[in-house]
Amino acid sequence: MSKKVNQIIAFTIFRIFGLLVVAILFGILGFIVFNGIKVVNWEFLTTFPKDGMTSGGIFPAIVGTFYLIIGSLIFAFPLGVMSAIYTNEYAGNSWIVKFIRIMTNNLASIPSIVFGLFGMSLFVNKLNFGDSILAGSLTLGLLTLPLIIRTTEEALKAVPDGYRTGSYALGATKLQTIKRVVLPTAFPNIITGLILSVGRVSGETAPILFTAAAYFLPKLPSGIFDQVMALPYHLYVLATNGTDLEASRPMAYGTALVLIVIVLIVNLLASFLRGKLEKNKKNT
Amino acid sequence: MTNIKVFRNIIDKIIEKLFTISGAVTSITILLITLFLFKEGIGLFHTPEVERGYKVFVNSQNGVEELSSLKLKEIFDSEITNWRDVGGKDLDIKIFRIDDVFRLYSESEFGENYELLPQKLNEIISKEDGIIAFLPIQYAPESPDVKELLSKNINAKDYFFGKEWIPTATPAPLFGVLPLVLGTLLVSIMALVMAVPLGLGVAIYLSELAGENQRKLMKPIIELLAGIPSVVYGFFGLVVIVPFVQKTLQIPVGETAFTGSVVLAIMSLPTIISVAEDAMRNTPRSMREASLALGATKWQTVYKVIIPYAKSGISAAVVLGIGRAIGETMAVMMVTGNAAVIPVSIFESVRTIPATIAAELGEAPTGDAHYQALFLLGCILFVFTMIISISAEFISKKQYNKAS
Repeated sequence: MSKKVNQIIAFTIFRIFGLLVVAILFGILGFIVFNGIKVVNWEFLTTFPKDGMTSGGIFPAIVGTFYLIIGSLIFAFPLGVMSAIYTNEYAGNSWIVKFIRIMTNNLASIPSIVFGLFGMSLFVNKLNFGDSILAGSLTLGLLTLPLIIRTTEEALKAVPDGYRTGSYALGATKLQTIKRVVLPTAFPNIITGLILSVGRVSGETAPILFTAAAYFLPKLPSGIFDQVMALPYHLYVLATNGTDLEASRPMAYGTALVLIVIVLIVNLLASFLRGKLEKNKKNT
Repeated sequence: MTNIKVFRNIIDKIIEKLFTISGAVTSITILLITLFLFKEGIGLFHTPEVERGYKVFVNSQNGVEELSSLKLKEIFDSEITNWRDVGGKDLDIKIFRIDDVFRLYSESEFGENYELLPQKLNEIISKEDGIIAFLPIQYAPESPDVKELLSKNINAKDYFFGKEWIPTATPAPLFGVLPLVLGTLLVSIMALVMAVPLGLGVAIYLSELAGENQRKLMKPIIELLAGIPSVVYGFFGLVVIVPFVQKTLQIPVGETAFTGSVVLAIMSLPTIISVAEDAMRNTPRSMREASLALGATKWQTVYKVIIPYAKSGISAAVVLGIGRAIGETMAVMMVTGNAAVIPVSIFESVRTIPATIAAELGEAPTGDAHYQALFLLGCILFVFTMIISISAEFISKKQYNKAS
């Protein structure tokens, strides 16, 4: 009998734990949405901060984050996809692949502040880019590389081998097979990786602290060697070292909400694409 | 026609070469990170202890030849007041900073471009036996009555085992990383103490108890938790958890090690849950069924069969959780209060390695000792996480070998 009682107790606890995790997420989301929704409107999204960042909007931060996303992905996406093509299609299962995979995992586990240090040392100081969109984008790009490589590899692995052998049988070369058969089939999954990296890049603060982010700029950046404001850094500034912390709280809630919405959209899109893909798989 | 074909062939070859080169990109990045971090960081041990551009002088009658940066700091903080305590004669220490010269002489006595300043400084130092003067190099007096204290380079022992982190201390900044390392470990380990039981519970729930529909609901929730930017966690911690901790525990400030670890626990949950769940789901069906067929309850099967089987996967989950916690910067910086002292209680403010880098690098001039010390902190962090990641790899490989 006590066996049963133990089981009931243990399983009830685990169920409560499960509920607790759900509660934590909805607690955080609910709190930010509830407080942020009062501030976020069209004007908030399209105007500059005013009165020492206690009113106005967050337009330059949104634009800055947008630039950083574009900049980092222009650089990291092709590189990551090509790297995954190499490991999955060319390198076979040799020690090189194993080594590369370990390195990719290691790169993924390096803390983002270390990327920030590296970016500052190499891009800002050594290559003399200064605090700029370019330096920040390159740093963020390196940070998101492992994510792109991993998702692309998964995507390529999901392409049935029959497609490849079929293509070879028709006389296609390896590269033709990759271009015409493998990549189009894997495309939706690869895009999932791209979307997830957008989420990652838009939320990172530590790597851009010393490579790109500015406390406040009265103008939009005009070139890739300009500093930018960025959403996550703006939230940090508003929350901890604005001119008047209490007065800038509403602005902080609004910024946090915008960040959360980006993450929500990214996750929804990714799981939508994934779901669609699984359906396709079942059909074939 | 054939020309185009040849051209195409060349392009194809180039593309394939590009694939090969890209394959090495992560390895090259890691190599570059190692190179640049250590290059900047290691320079610290070739940097003199005394602040750049300054030197410390004493009267030539003084028997003391050199002082450690800790002793220098204590002298200039008036904690040591007699030369006897640092191996000299029984003589009161008289501290002299460059600004003090203006109390003894009027501005006009130094000449137009301060060219007479070194001479005046010389007079002051040679008159006073117990003086210790902290002066800019360009005004350094040169005479047999004045002796320059030898300045050693910062050494590794003081850095790694030093108990004080005071980068702005004059004349010699103190870079002892012990409080930061201990702060990081304290916050991370406490976070793990909270997150591991919770995360494993949820993993068991997901892999053994939840139906397909519940799983479908929970998975995106966990992914979302992982996707929320750390600065948002920090902000949430700052406006919700910090005041809550302060009120319920009746302490003067809510920004404590404890608060930081609560936030970190939430942040490392997704990693722990998904890695542990994967490991548990990998338990072969036959093992579960054999256990159930022997009359074991489902719970007995979980803790006698599944958990032991998934042991290495679960350890990997814990290790990766630590990795996530140790490197977290923004959230921790926003809620732990950032006092760089060796933690004595979990309800006091602490400062972690990443938070120190983030908070101070902006103010440290490039190439300065402070800058180098922060890069060396980055190296420590890098080495920590590399060890963690490699051991996680190693542990989960064990699991994989068992499964095949």
